[in-house]
Amino acid sequence: MKKNASDKRSATALTRSGSAWVWLSAAWAVALVATSAALFIGEVMGMTPCLLCWYQRIFMFPLALILGMAAFGNDRRGAIYGLPLALGGMAVAGYHTALVAGWVPQWWIPCGAGPSCSNQALVILGNVQIPWLSLLAFTAIVLFLFVHLRKTRP
Amino acid sequence: MNTRQVAVAGILAFVVAAFAVGMSLYQKRTQSAQDQTVRAEQSRLVRMHSPVLGPQGAPVTIVEFFDPACETCRAFHPVVKRLMAQYPDDVRLVIRYAPFHQGSDQVVKLLEAAKRQGRYQVVLEAVLEAQPLWADHGRPNPDLTFEIAKAAGLDIERARQDMAGPEMQALLAQDVEDLTALQVKRTPTFFVNGRSLPSFGPDQLAALVAEEVAKVKR
Repeated sequence: MKKNASDKRSATALTRSGSAWVWLSAAWAVALVATSAALFIGEVMGMTPCLLCWYQRIFMFPLALILGMAAFGNDRRGAIYGLPLALGGMAVAGYHTALVAGWVPQWWIPCGAGPSCSNQALVILGNVQIPWLSLLAFTAIVLFLFVHLRKTRP
Repeated sequence: MNTRQVAVAGILAFVVAAFAVGMSLYQKRTQSAQDQTVRAEQSRLVRMHSPVLGPQGAPVTIVEFFDPACETCRAFHPVVKRLMAQYPDDVRLVIRYAPFHQGSDQVVKLLEAAKRQGRYQVVLEAVLEAQPLWADHGRPNPDLTFEIAKAAGLDIERARQDMAGPEMQALLAQDVEDLTALQVKRTPTFFVNGRSLPSFGPDQLAALVAEEVAKVKR
């Protein structure tokens, strides 16, 4: 079988889509690890999520599923559907981080009997705040998805 | 945009609008239901045993349902103090206890013991100031408040004895019974001369107090 120009072209195309797929899978891996960590902290370590943490979970957990399916089937549409979730999660995590850092005044919300979103000891790995890690995870997912989408532009 | 896309946008807009309308209607209904309940149960707002800060016979009474472990209560404390300083002769503050958080009932009893020793306000200030130390909602440590109160000048041995007495338990039980009847579910909950805040916030409290003071002055 002789190698010709069209073989070379499809080989390049495969390599290009292969490298793009890595970015999609990386985004999925971040979502999967973040989801697992959230479940571990919540269910295994027993830390009840506060209100803002619930909203971040709402954005992150579906990403673990959607991006996983997208990576499995090398489907670009999955990255498109995941992007609004990742951006939404980034917004909530950003707000939560600002709240904990004191950059944003605490909303005047009366306490019920649930956990607080700002004075709770939200630390793990020594002194790293969990909302900060959440922001990092969402930002990484957004970046990776953007790279994947650019590389797979039709 | 094609027909399908218009339909999707339309359905989304409709559901969002329905949510907003439903929310507004529900909130109005619960607010008026709560106002009715409060009016019916006016006598439960102030009890003989309730701590009163400010002039005893003041015409305007702010009733605050308060949890020593609540951050928003702590954040509101300077706001309330400012209001009392603004109207030194007209406004008094009555404190009722809403021990929602774990360990709060112990701290409430400590505050009452401090009242018996004439050190209510100093101990209250100290306990609130140090709240981040003892009131972690995940791992509350109310025993720390003993040291805090001691540093504020409280006789801890006497306090412990008082706290173990049956009147303390009865006091707490009465406050909890009252807040249940008044449908107080969150802290801080304010009533100014029996009226609840239209919505929650320091400006709303200030406005309501100003209104009631003006009424009294007339």
